[in-house]
Formats: sequence, structure tokens, C-alpha cells
Amino acid sequence: MDEVKSFEDAVNQLEKIVELLEKGDIPLEESLELFQKGVALSNYCARKLDETEKKIIKLIEENGELKEENFGQEAQ
Amino acid sequence: MQQKLTVSQLTKYIKQLFSYDNLLSNVCVTGEISNFKLHSSGHMYFTLKDEHSVIKCVMFKTYNRRLRFKPEDGLKVIIRGYVSIYEAGGSYQLYPEYMEPDGLGDLYLAFEQLKQKLEREGLFSAEYKKRIPFLPARIGVITSPTGAVIRDIMNVLFRRFPNVVLKIFPVMVQGEGAGKQISRALDMINKARAADVIILARGGGSLEELWPFNEEILARSIFKSEIPVISAVGHETDFSISDFVADLRAPTPSAAAELVVPEKDALKRHIMDARIRLKRALAGKIQREKQFLAQLSKSPSLRHPLDKINQLRIDLEQLNKRIENAMERKLESAASRFSVAFGKMDALNPLNVLSRGYSIARSSGKKIIKSVSDVKKDDMIEITITDGSLMCSVTDVMPGT
Repeated sequence: MDEVKSFEDAVNQLEKIVELLEKGDIPLEESLELFQKGVALSNYCARKLDETEKKIIKLIEENGELKEENFGQEAQ
Repeated sequence: MQQKLTVSQLTKYIKQLFSYDNLLSNVCVTGEISNFKLHSSGHMYFTLKDEHSVIKCVMFKTYNRRLRFKPEDGLKVIIRGYVSIYEAGGSYQLYPEYMEPDGLGDLYLAFEQLKQKLEREGLFSAEYKKRIPFLPARIGVITSPTGAVIRDIMNVLFRRFPNVVLKIFPVMVQGEGAGKQISRALDMINKARAADVIILARGGGSLEELWPFNEEILARSIFKSEIPVISAVGHETDFSISDFVADLRAPTPSAAAELVVPEKDALKRHIMDARIRLKRALAGKIQREKQFLAQLSKSPSLRHPLDKINQLRIDLEQLNKRIENAMERKLESAASRFSVAFGKMDALNPLNVLSRGYSIARSSGKKIIKSVSDVKKDDMIEITITDGSLMCSVTDVMPGT
């Protein structure tokens, strides 16, 4: 199995594994391996979904540099 | 004699006349551009003509800088300006201060011209379109910080995916300098790698109001951007140059928010589904393997593994017996043949003949006497009988008759 490059990649790999397993013509030992991989991928995906924290940031230019500030209540 | 004037004095005089004339100092003319030349000084030189006449035109850099479209030969235009004398050339010329395409609006023409130009350069080519990341963690939005647009985007965004980082770069979205500002914001975010995807957003408006998104400077920044750009300008029916250059066009700002993140709940369900399917598939596999095993264990060879051996043993015994029998028969027949031969030999054994009362006569030389001629009178002969020998003297020899 390839390295997981991104969430999307993980979802795609997970789907492939599910399809392979559902076909059922893979030897048991390999099936177990695939199952473990699938579970790991789904854990990864679930974790990834909750990874980021909600933030609203205002970007401004200051002396030619990009600065981040908290976004006020202007648009909320 | 009249006062003599120099050419320059005369020319100046005419020029003055022109400048005193109300119409010539502020005139509106329509005509078609020909012999258009943009000089390296930045001034534009061309002639304006209709079916019967031509007039030379010079549009100075100061004025033509404000043009949003590019004048070209064959273009019908409306010009406002003044007519004056070009003293060094001895000719009168029209000096346009303002020019717009006749019929079409100048913005419309400018839009079409820029669109064609950028398209020829390949800025709209599909091969340059970057993929919008599937799950961007940081979403940059360049838009006005106030108003419905940013509110709509936030509503849709956080409804679909409650935990993302939204980075808003506040800009003017209309008016002089807006295009430059938006382009600068895009460059800055790129330079700082501050977002995974950037949305350019503006609500609906007239072509004039949407104009910043049709400016070349912004088009170039979008094309240059290494972060994927979504253009969400105006309503669904409005198209801007930024829409064509961007990696993805969203019909509206809210649609951009829909396109930029997946629905978290749906994704979660999808992943849970995949888990359930994984478990089910594996359980099914194990179940099938179990059944297969059960079937195997029912097969005769596995249930009574000794049967086969026993069977072989029986076979072996039978084979042994058959070999023994065969040997016996062979021996018997050999024995019987032997006893026949033995019988024959027995019959031929001279000792046996003697036992039946016959005797053997031998000469003194131990030669068996077979004829009367072998013996003479008074010879000593030995007669062997079954239980001994007799030494005898021949008293007479009588040949048979």
C-alpha cells in the first residue's frame, strides 16, 4: 500500500480496500492485513476531520509583510 | 503695403483663432480609426475618417492612459477633444481627451479585448488549472470584510465544515485601484503560503462595479498564484476575466463556500460506512473460510484418515498372498516335474534293475560284458547282483542261436 499523502488519498485507499475485501477472493491472511490497513486509514481520516480548530483570521499587510489578526465582529 | 508676417506668426494667428472658437476647443466627433500607431513616447497617433474626409488625431499619454480598451484600426469611436494647429507640420489636428467605442460600451470592448489577449496567451488553458484541495485546512478569502458576501461565505462554510481556519483579506471590491489591491492581496497570501486555497469573492453588480475582476493585473496574479484560486464574482450570469483565469469558477460566493469544503457530516458517515463494510466483508470472509473448513473436515479422507492405510494394508496382504500362491504353484510344478524326472532316472538306475533280479557281468578288465565274444573259456568274470558280487570262472562259451 502506498504512503498516505492526504486525506483524499486516505479516503481513496480506504475505498479501494473495502472494494477488494468485499470481492472476497483474497486469501484470508491478506484479507486480515487489508482489514487492519483499512481500519488504520479510517482512524486516520476520522482524526483528520477533527484535526483543525475553527478560527477566523484577518489578514493585513504591514510593512510589506502579511500579518494575521483576530477577525473582529464586523461580519459575524 | 500690407504688414508682412512670418510663417510662424501666421500659423500662431490661425492657432489662436482655433482656440477662440467654442466648438473647436470642445468638440465631439465620431469616426473610424485608421493608421493607428502607439508611439514609444506613449502618445497615440491615428487618423479618424468617414466616407469622405479624414482628420489627423494625437491622443497624448496623459489622456490615453485612462483608456480601458485598446484603440485599433477599423474601430468606430466617439471622441471628445479639441482641434488645434500643429505648427511644425502646418496642419490642423484633433486632440482627443476622451474616447469610447461607438455602439459598444468601452468596458464591454475592453473586456472582450483582454479576454481575447489572455486566451491567446493561454492563461485560460485547462492544462494550467490546479486542483482544489479536497480538504483544505486554511481557506483564504479576498473580499470586502463587510456585507452579505463574507457573511454568506461564513455561514455556508462553517455549516458544512465547522472546524476550518478562515482567513479573510479585506479589500475594496470596486472602484479605482481595487483590482490592484486584490491582486496584491493574492500575491501576499502566496508569498506567505498562508492558505491552502483562495476565494476571490464579490457580490453582484454592474460591469463597472465588477471591473476590478476584469483587470489584467489581477488576471496575471491569479495565473501566477501557486495556491489554487476560486473566482466567485457577481451572480451566476456574470462572467469576469478572473473567472476564466481562476482554477475554478463558482457561480456565486456561497457556491464557492460549497465547493471549497466537503460536508463534514457526510464525510464522517462515509468513513463510518467504510468501517462497517470493512468489518462485514472480513466477517463474511471468515464465515466462508469456516464453512470451507467444515466441508473439508467432512470429506472421507479427513474423517477416517486410517481407512486409506488400512485399505492399503489389505491390498498389500492380498498382493503378498498372490505372490506366495504364485510361488507355491511354481514350486509345485517344479517338484512334480522333478519327481517325474526322478522316476525316469530311477527306472534307468542299474542298481534298481539289479534289485529286480537282473545282474551285471564284467570282464576282468571291469568292462561290462555285452556279448559272448567278450569272454573266452576259463576267463574270470565278476557278476554283480543286488547285494554283492560273485567271482566266477567261465566253463563254456555258447553263442546264442
